[in-house]
Amino acid sequence: MLNREELSKIVLELVPEAEIPEGTQYPEAIIPAEKLVELTEKLKSDKRTQFDYLISHTAVDFLTHFTAVYHLDSTEFRHLLVLKVKIEERENPEIDSLTGLFPTCEFFEREVFDLFGIKYKNHPNLKRLFLEDDYGFPLRKDFRDEVNIIER
Amino acid sequence: MSEEIIKDVIIGENEEYIINMGPQHPSTHGVLRFEVCLQGETVKYLIPHIGYIHRGIEKMCEAITYPQIIHLTDRMDYLSAHINNEAVCLCVENALQIEVPERVKYIRTILAELNRIASHQLWWSAFGMDLGALTTFFYGLRDREKILDIFEESFGSRLLHSFIMPGGLMHDVHPNFQKRIKEFIAYFRKKLPEYDQLLTGNIIFQNRSKGIGLMSRETAIAYGVTGPSGRGSGWSCDIRKIAPYSAYDKVQFNEMLETEGDTFARYKVRMREMWESMNILEQLVDNIPEGDYTAKMKPIIKLPVGEYFQRVETARGELAVYIVSDGNKTPYRIKFRTPNFSNLFVMNKITSGYKIADLVAVSGSLDLVIPDIDR
Amino acid sequence: MSSNLYDFSTLTSSIHEWLSGFMSAGWVVFTELVLIGLLFLLFFALLGLFLVYLERKVCAIMQNRVGPNRVGKWGLLQTIADLIKLLIKELIPIRKSDKFLFNLAPFIVIIASLMAMAALPFAKGLQAIDFNIGVFYIMAVSSLGVVGILLAGWASNSKYSIIGAMRSGAQIVSYELSVGLSLMAIVIFSGSMQLSTIIESQANGWWIFKGHIPAFIAFVVFLVASTAEINRGPFDLAEAESELTAGFHTEYSGIKFAFFFLAEYINMFIVAALAATIFLGGWMPFHIGSWEGFNHIMDFVPPIVWFFLKTFFIIYIIMWFKWTFPRLRIDQLLTLEWKYLLPISLVNIVFIAFLVLMGWHF
Repeated sequence: MLNREELSKIVLELVPEAEIPEGTQYPEAIIPAEKLVELTEKLKSDKRTQFDYLISHTAVDFLTHFTAVYHLDSTEFRHLLVLKVKIEERENPEIDSLTGLFPTCEFFEREVFDLFGIKYKNHPNLKRLFLEDDYGFPLRKDFRDEVNIIER
Repeated sequence: MSEEIIKDVIIGENEEYIINMGPQHPSTHGVLRFEVCLQGETVKYLIPHIGYIHRGIEKMCEAITYPQIIHLTDRMDYLSAHINNEAVCLCVENALQIEVPERVKYIRTILAELNRIASHQLWWSAFGMDLGALTTFFYGLRDREKILDIFEESFGSRLLHSFIMPGGLMHDVHPNFQKRIKEFIAYFRKKLPEYDQLLTGNIIFQNRSKGIGLMSRETAIAYGVTGPSGRGSGWSCDIRKIAPYSAYDKVQFNEMLETEGDTFARYKVRMREMWESMNILEQLVDNIPEGDYTAKMKPIIKLPVGEYFQRVETARGELAVYIVSDGNKTPYRIKFRTPNFSNLFVMNKITSGYKIADLVAVSGSLDLVIPDIDR
Repeated sequence: MSSNLYDFSTLTSSIHEWLSGFMSAGWVVFTELVLIGLLFLLFFALLGLFLVYLERKVCAIMQNRVGPNRVGKWGLLQTIADLIKLLIKELIPIRKSDKFLFNLAPFIVIIASLMAMAALPFAKGLQAIDFNIGVFYIMAVSSLGVVGILLAGWASNSKYSIIGAMRSGAQIVSYELSVGLSLMAIVIFSGSMQLSTIIESQANGWWIFKGHIPAFIAFVVFLVASTAEINRGPFDLAEAESELTAGFHTEYSGIKFAFFFLAEYINMFIVAALAATIFLGGWMPFHIGSWEGFNHIMDFVPPIVWFFLKTFFIIYIIMWFKWTFPRLRIDQLLTLEWKYLLPISLVNIVFIAFLVLMGWHF
């Protein structure tokens, strides 16, 4: 099991432009979108880290940008790493899909696409999961539904 | 019958025999639809369609306070309501840096284990039904009733408790609590062997479940199949062991692992977990410390700005709560990583090539609760 | 001789003579046919209702429940209430179904089981027709039911129905063989296919005792195979409710559904009655060797009571199967028949033929 400093060091070694915030609950790294697939692939195969289990993937809408959040776990070492990717584009947000590395991600990504409208490149089957095709993206903070949601 | 009807209704576009299992089907355990492509009786592939009871819990949570969120979490995995409550409470307490009294920790652990047994009992009942052994249902529910009675006596509700609150419990447990649990353990230790006599040893049952729905350890990890289903494949994924919470670091218990990865292995894991849960209960029930049932909490809970993540082990797998707080009394964003969501989507991988009857057996062995998938 | 004490042939022949007194021969036959038909229909309906009630009570015992206990004494009127409900229920028409076959199917199923009933000997002299090929007739007629099931599945134009019907077809056609061969065992022993002769041959002991182990094997094979042939659990794949919702009768409602339901229970009765007749001595009382006093007391129990006792014992066993065993899978079902039951019955028959040839049975 690697501690926070060691994990940060490895991430910085693999992606020098990563940003490591302090004072978070778990080790965390904010990385540029184009490095995401490359970094996770390395983290998964690296003998020191072996992040082979994606606990969850979701996104957060900060109005100015989206943040895609990945919680990675290693079944071997049991250390946990949070990866974050900022998506500045709001009209047509796009990010690489991790389905090839973690099959479970296919459905987390479909959920995020359904609720946030973030598109995933190279996703095998990017369709809405819960809602109808013409519904908005309800988890965006600027989403309004006059009929179904009563504001308080 | 005219040729046209045969073409339209019986055979699909690519001459495939597609049947829709659900949303109203006896063995999908809720409003879930499998689009199953068959070749004779053999399943070629299967597409799960979900969202029939999507209530937007995550969106609703953004408008309500943390104690109110507890009540919504009950409605996700309604069979392990206590554990869902506990997940949010642990996350909030962790964010506020509150140390809850020892008594609360013990009671929470006891409730979680009771809830786990009750959930497994219901799973066992329904699993037997899926395989056509209709009597199991009444055996399982007969014993589950005893647990629900304990719940009812202490906090008035049987299924959706909302008893665990941030900082502690809603109120103290009933004075009979310990006595009733001891009675239950003595009772259930006698009754659990009946389950084995009725179903486990049955040759038809073993033939129906052994070697069916094979899931390797790698598949389980890749698809994030946690809980008893993952442990049936030999993946040690018990959060109670990996990251102990509440009183799990104070009890001795074993993580149940089976390596075969078939339906029968998942069955055995759950059966053994019921025994192990009773062991945990026995260690805790006599040692509940005296003290307050809740820590000192402010009337309005405001989480400091930041992000919080908490994992717990429900009866079906790993439940993770991810809260992003902007310092208000409502969360900015809350995400539930529910076990059934990931467990469901492995279905296509592990059922194709088996018979349609095996599809029912496998979906039963994964123990899906649909509101937990849809949220 | 006390076995003539309860001979029904005196009653039937006196009715015949009384009718002949004021009718021509043709009318007598016609009147008798109508009378027998009415009697059987009445018996059929009452038996169906009672068997449904019995099943619910047996199932309740197996499942730690009380069962029906609200309508009438011990819930005895429950099934009648259910019947009334089914009669006044709407018959839902299926838009894209084949109307004629869809409506015809329940009748085929129920007529098949009614026809089989005709050859059953309920007591001495109480038998509608005593064919000299009675065993053969019952087997032939009871397998007609599968035509109705296949029609029902096909005509409903529903995917679940058709899977259920196909399963049922495969299942009944396969298990017919084992049923036939296990009955053949006793036919070899008794040297006749006539049911009344088979019963008479058991006056000094039932075949299940007289026929050594081979007869017992034949009995077990018959029990398993016939349970499968009547589509009951653990072989109820045709209607497997957890897989196919209700199989071949998914689309049926109201009284048409009730016909299938009734036919299933009557078939169970026929199978049990056949097992009782062939293996357990039919209406013959239970005798133990040379215990004259005991045998004499047994003779005073009417044969019809013996017949129903034995039949309901077998019915209870069949119900016991259903409520404790999980359901088999289709490939396991066919494996059981073609790889186990059929070879066992074939070897068994050869063995029995040898036994009979050497005169080694009692």
